[in-house]
Amino acid sequence: MAESETLRSVTMPEARNPARAWRAILVLAGIVAAFAPVYLLESFQLFQLTMAVIMALAVLGLNIVTGYNGQISLGHGAFFAVGAYVTAILMSHFDWSFWATLPFSAAICAAVGYGVGFPALRLGGLYLALTTFSLAVAVPQILKHKAIEDWTGGVQGLFLVKPDAPFGLPFTSDQWMYLVAVFIAGLCFWGTWNLVRSRIGRALMAIRDNPIAAEAMGMDIAALKTGAFAVSAMVTGIAGSLSAVAIEFVAPDSFGFGVSITLFVGMVVGGVASILGSLFGGLFVLFVPNIAEAISKAAPGVIYGVILILFLFLLPDGFAGLLRRIAARLTRGRQ
Amino acid sequence: MDGLAHQIVAGIATGGIYASVALAIVMIYQATHHVNFAQGEIATLSTFLAWSMIQAGLPYWVAFFATIAVSFVIGVLVERLLMRPVQNAPVLTHVGVFIGLLLIFGNATGWIFGYTTKVFPTPFTSDKPLAGGLISAHELGSTVVTLVVLTLVWAFFRFTKLGLGMRAAAYNPRSARLVGIRVGWMLALGWGLAAAIGAVAGMMVAPVVFLDPTMMLGILLYAFAGALLGGIDNPMGAVIGGFVVGVLENLAGAYVVGTELKLTVALAIIIGVLVVRPSGLFGRVVYSRV
Amino acid sequence: MLLEAKGLKAGYGPTHVLQGLDFEVAEGGVTALLGANGAGKTTTLRAICGMCRAEGEIRFQGQSITGRATEDVARLGIAHVPDGRGTFMELSVEENFRLGAYVRKDKEVQADFDRICDLFPRLRQRWKQQAGTLSGGEQQMLAIARALLLRPKLLLLDEPSFGLAPLIVQEIFAIMRRIRDESGVGILLVEQNANLALELADLAYLLETGRIVMHGRAAEIRQDEAIRRSYLGY
Repeated sequence: MAESETLRSVTMPEARNPARAWRAILVLAGIVAAFAPVYLLESFQLFQLTMAVIMALAVLGLNIVTGYNGQISLGHGAFFAVGAYVTAILMSHFDWSFWATLPFSAAICAAVGYGVGFPALRLGGLYLALTTFSLAVAVPQILKHKAIEDWTGGVQGLFLVKPDAPFGLPFTSDQWMYLVAVFIAGLCFWGTWNLVRSRIGRALMAIRDNPIAAEAMGMDIAALKTGAFAVSAMVTGIAGSLSAVAIEFVAPDSFGFGVSITLFVGMVVGGVASILGSLFGGLFVLFVPNIAEAISKAAPGVIYGVILILFLFLLPDGFAGLLRRIAARLTRGRQ
Repeated sequence: MDGLAHQIVAGIATGGIYASVALAIVMIYQATHHVNFAQGEIATLSTFLAWSMIQAGLPYWVAFFATIAVSFVIGVLVERLLMRPVQNAPVLTHVGVFIGLLLIFGNATGWIFGYTTKVFPTPFTSDKPLAGGLISAHELGSTVVTLVVLTLVWAFFRFTKLGLGMRAAAYNPRSARLVGIRVGWMLALGWGLAAAIGAVAGMMVAPVVFLDPTMMLGILLYAFAGALLGGIDNPMGAVIGGFVVGVLENLAGAYVVGTELKLTVALAIIIGVLVVRPSGLFGRVVYSRV
Repeated sequence: MLLEAKGLKAGYGPTHVLQGLDFEVAEGGVTALLGANGAGKTTTLRAICGMCRAEGEIRFQGQSITGRATEDVARLGIAHVPDGRGTFMELSVEENFRLGAYVRKDKEVQADFDRICDLFPRLRQRWKQQAGTLSGGEQQMLAIARALLLRPKLLLLDEPSFGLAPLIVQEIFAIMRRIRDESGVGILLVEQNANLALELADLAYLLETGRIVMHGRAAEIRQDEAIRRSYLGY
């Protein structure tokens, strides 16, 4: 930044207001944009958008522990699965309403995340990636096991029904599902945004960037890291719960390590350690496989992998990073 | 008692496969401090290449050695083209590239060869049962092959000049450059060698588990477990670890958890090692002095 | 002239450490590079070997080598004993020797092993031992031995006395005197111990924050009390 610009922002505090005004405008636009699809899109497209929002939420969860805290998890699909199955079991076997299952699912996923966070303390980057990768591969087998088959429905899985809009509101169940997803995701995004900007958020990032210095400064590394895992698992687990109801079906084979990889790709492409990036990541993860299939009917997975590698080489901070740089260049240009 | 003996023997046979892949993993780890998550997918692709050569009429052993050569080249190319540009990038980027490789190789295999399971021939057959039915011809043959491969690799590193150069490049790349070693090419060679070893493992395991694009994923997991158990920076340890995991997996599968949960055994071993003794049985315990 | 540098600028990332150096090493001569911590002595050696960013002219036997890859510079006949010694800790003394001679294709390698073990008898005693178990002084000897096995035309030494007991340092410098007298190797010696360095060298350059502030024949600098007091502190 040129010296004159720094001086100006110091001597003229009003200069910061335009940024705040912009942010408010964007949020409002976001809210309008969130509601618009209900009236503009067909049922199936709305469903796809719902799934994109859900995946964005799942990617956000991953970003909390990997992007902001530097603990590489290749097994977040496991938390997604736990959330999905908790909701499915409670709704299917015990007739709970979806809303009732949410806090339960959140709590259980947080507990599981906390449980994973403990051994994770001992592991550095690569070893943790390896362990979580192994977890991801093992999940379908665990879900299919005979001992819990009565609950999980084994290989056939469980069927659910989307709730109807309550109080006779004028929405179809698909539209209501979309609004529920947006609402819950919105809450989580807002909460995470606050977390990231808080002292705890800065502490998490300090641990990521310089663990030795962070420890020397007296931060309780263990508590912060396990806590990050817990919160991260909770958020991704909530996304899992949403997905169970949106798709109206859970089965072990839907939760293979492909889910974990998908979330990872979404995080990288959208933008690591970025709230906005998580949103992009969700959209990418849902719509690009379709595009990839259009490019090459036979090998969409290959295209997917190629895109991932291209992003890592050329755009390591993802879409969000690209936008940030474009925005910076525009504002610099104006001054 | 017969059952137990056979389980152990079968465990040693599969353990040989795990030991080979574990060795490949450790080789790359030693040289680059990275674990190649895509190791299994590359090996699967190689095995499919062998299969198509055999389908085209080539004799088994011709296809076998041709596949080894091709895999070597693939390994070298992957290192030069994809790993070299990101060699100084943070861990997350490396993990990402490995995942990308996994996606590309895994899906390319399915795309080129289809997803139906294929039968892969074994060159080891026998008309009468061996050792009183204790071991099948293929189990014996594949154990011998993997032992030969492991011995050759050990001898290569221990006794040849190139092997010494590769070890030097892995332990201390800066000093290796100072004595004139082209470290970049040593890395590429290491990758080539690892890919070749993976191909052998794939060709040995395919007759047993049948050939399909996801064949090596589970095996990779066991190999990881073996490498960790023995010590991720110790090739000898990794090999021993691989054999141990093979036997443990078979015994656990037969007597404890049943065959459906075998992958969980691998997971349990991985977590157990990393929590109790991260350097493995034979690895160096590294203390980082702040 | 074995090695000539003109206007050498070098640094790490965006930082410039060397601000434009001119110095030379004659065939078979010993040049000392002196200065305090942070003056840029190690950076100079690294710049020659392509281990950091460098601009300007560096000529080795008339050829420009600025920016060449480290392994190529080594293959041209420049052996660098780096700061920290650069020993292959996990390998044996014998394997360290073999690595020193790695790029050589002639048949006199084994003869050189013997010759250098005569120079450093301690290393012969520890032949099969793991290099990491050697004492500091022995590791320094091993590092020099490894460099000599390249049969270099130019030897770069980065603070050979660092962290070693005075008795061992004397031993090592005595050996370096033998190397200077017996082989035709040119030596560029970076040292904080100015006294020892000036005893060994023909030419000396004094570095201060990336610039050469004084240079001349080592013998003259050694005699000149005023220079010694103000620049070298003794």
